Amino acid sequence: MFNKILLNLIFICLSTTLLAGETIDMADTFRSEGKIYVVVTILSIVFAGIVMYLIRLDRKISRLEKEQSNSEKA
Amino acid sequence: MSKSSINTSFLSRNWWKITGVFLVFYSIIMGFLGEVPRLPILHETIRNLYFHVTMWFAMIFILGASLVSSIKYLSKSDYRQDIKAEQYAYVGILLGMLGIVTGSVWAHFTWGAWWVNDPKLNGAAISLLIYFAYIILRNSMDEEQKRARVAAVYNIFAFVLLLVFLVVYPRMNKVDSLHPGNGGNPAFSSYDLDKNMRLVFYPAVIGWIMIGLWIANIAIRTSILRYNQLRSQFSSNKERP
Repeated sequence: MFNKILLNLIFICLSTTLLAGETIDMADTFRSEGKIYVVVTILSIVFAGIVMYLIRLDRKISRLEKEQSNSEKA
Repeated sequence: MSKSSINTSFLSRNWWKITGVFLVFYSIIMGFLGEVPRLPILHETIRNLYFHVTMWFAMIFILGASLVSSIKYLSKSDYRQDIKAEQYAYVGILLGMLGIVTGSVWAHFTWGAWWVNDPKLNGAAISLLIYFAYIILRNSMDEEQKRARVAAVYNIFAFVLLLVFLVVYPRMNKVDSLHPGNGGNPAFSSYDLDKNMRLVFYPAVIGWIMIGLWIANIAIRTSILRYNQLRSQFSSNKERP
């Protein structure tokens, strides 16, 4: 009888601590739903890198165009 | 010139690049986080509609721009139009190859083979080969104006064949395709009516078209710079005795 009560107490203690562990708020947004947010972030970074490279190229070519039109006038 | 007028001219020149970047970012974020219908076989790969199918739509648009440049070349004989036609074709081929590779990866995990004998796949492969031939034809000719004229005429045939193999052939009555959306329309059908997917798919297509036009724009300007440079070198060599 005493053993049973003790076991029950231990079980309740364990389960409440386990449950409490689950309800504590953490920064879970990036880990929820199978971590899909991580993939979205990485793809966004890759695309942002390509876009920045395109912007650099675009500016470089604008500068060259200006130089060429100036040298043709001269 | 005041600062605000510089800014407005910057926006008026570059709005389509900014819009393209914004729309593709939107499609990357909503393409993964948005709601999609739960369909057998496809599962989550239905999201490839936003990334794989957009490549083909953008390719057809960019190759259409190449066709327009070729027609303009034939009517005006402006070397810039020939450069445009060539560079648009390169970007279209790039998008088409990305479409083939992404489709092949998808097929490997969905059908269990990298390539199957499917009318839609073979049609896409043939239309890419037609454009490889365009590039080879161009590079096989030395004389500038002749090359431009022959390539422009071939480009018109190439675009018609592209439409035949990519749009008409998979829709013919007796041709059946394994590809999603078969039995009539090659790109949609079962998920055609899904409003959530349309809200991502159409912006993604427009975004990738603009990104493709931007890449082509950079390539065209580079080619024109090189052309002008070579011409000025040639004329300065002539002047020297």
